Amino acid sequence: MRRSVSFAVLSAVGLLGMSALTAPPRNLAARAAQKAQRAEVKIDNFSFGPATLTVPAGTTVTWTNRDDIPHTVTSSDDPRLFKSKVLDTDEKFSFTFTNAGTYPYFCSIHPKMTAKVIVE
Amino acid sequence: MSLKTMSQAAHSGDQLAYDHNHDGVDRRGFLKCMAWAGTGAFCVIRGGVLRSYSMSRLAEMDPKERAKEMAGELSFAQISDSHMGFNKAANPDVAATLKAAVDKVNGLAVAPEFLLHTGDISHLSKPEEFDTVEQILKEAKPKDIFYVPGEHDVLNDNGQQFLERYGKGSKGAGWYSFDKKGVHFIGLVNVVNLKAGGLGTLGQEQLEWLENDVKPLQPSTPLVVFAHIPLWSVYPEWGWGTDDSAQALRYLRKFGSVTVLNGHIHQTMQKIEGNITFHTAASTAFPQPAPGKADSPGPMKVPAEQLKSVLGITDVNFVRGKQALGLVDSTLE
Repeated sequence: MRRSVSFAVLSAVGLLGMSALTAPPRNLAARAAQKAQRAEVKIDNFSFGPATLTVPAGTTVTWTNRDDIPHTVTSSDDPRLFKSKVLDTDEKFSFTFTNAGTYPYFCSIHPKMTAKVIVE
Repeated sequence: MSLKTMSQAAHSGDQLAYDHNHDGVDRRGFLKCMAWAGTGAFCVIRGGVLRSYSMSRLAEMDPKERAKEMAGELSFAQISDSHMGFNKAANPDVAATLKAAVDKVNGLAVAPEFLLHTGDISHLSKPEEFDTVEQILKEAKPKDIFYVPGEHDVLNDNGQQFLERYGKGSKGAGWYSFDKKGVHFIGLVNVVNLKAGGLGTLGQEQLEWLENDVKPLQPSTPLVVFAHIPLWSVYPEWGWGTDDSAQALRYLRKFGSVTVLNGHIHQTMQKIEGNITFHTAASTAFPQPAPGKADSPGPMKVPAEQLKSVLGITDVNFVRGKQALGLVDSTLE
């Protein structure tokens, strides 16, 4: 009797333990995946920050213009992969990078402003 | 030093002192004169002699005497970088300062025959911004205004709206030329198809057009070339230059007098290279820092009471046969 109770208890503990092992990892992975989906670039003082942004595939990058002059976010590739409208102060532009690669871009109004997104 | 003293100093040193190029042009004297220009001095080179007058002395003169003293064959004014639509701290009211620039133009002792606007008319290429500039400039006495676009005028539509408003008779992205009293004016566009990491660009089509445009002209024809971004390398780190301007300038080498008028950098700057005088105008909207004197070339805030002293117009007077143009920068005070 005791042995079966112990076994039952052990099994119950084991099962609980098993569920404890499986449930949180599912949430952690989901949360981690959510974090990886978004990244930010700030535009200020005629520069993109960070100048090189490295993100996993599937990330949506959002640029925010904090400068007091308008800028654009324009892909340097030919054909252009993305081009924002003109962003005045506090305006934003987002683009989702689905494939791995290096994506250089610049401001089409002030072409000396260059940066890149590396997608892994 | 009072303005009166300065003009006296000018007269004492106004004989042709340095003629190293043996062409009758006292370039050092001209540069000396240009240095006074920011205070509203008027310089004319006539008969190889540099004369300068303070604006206040001119105002005191009898109008007939003044017209005779200042008689140039051609007078025009340059305004630039009105950025209609800009409303940040560096200048919350760019319409007011543009109006002040128009008042300045209308108050010039010798009325300019026409205006050149060297671009960044609008701030965001919005129709209402262009409309407002048109309304304000209607108050200017000179009714002919010639425009070239700045990079802020060709946003969103690669310059289509600019061409519709200002591009009649122009080629490509809006380049053109015209003649006034024997002086040949060339408006160039160096703000479209900008490449990543690059400076201003003229492009092959425009360069070919330029070569053909000046080919039939006599070397004695005075040229005035105007474009938004400087056609010389002011400060490449900030994009203050044009990638392919060297080729353009080669086509202009044969001419005895070339004046290049630009904007974009929101401060006055000049350089003389052989027969070419390069000059940039101040903005009527907001100043920008001197090259390298700030992290970036953004709008520079100054105390409100000083704003008008860092904005301005350029008055240009041309005396036939006498090589250089008289270029006078005046602030809006």
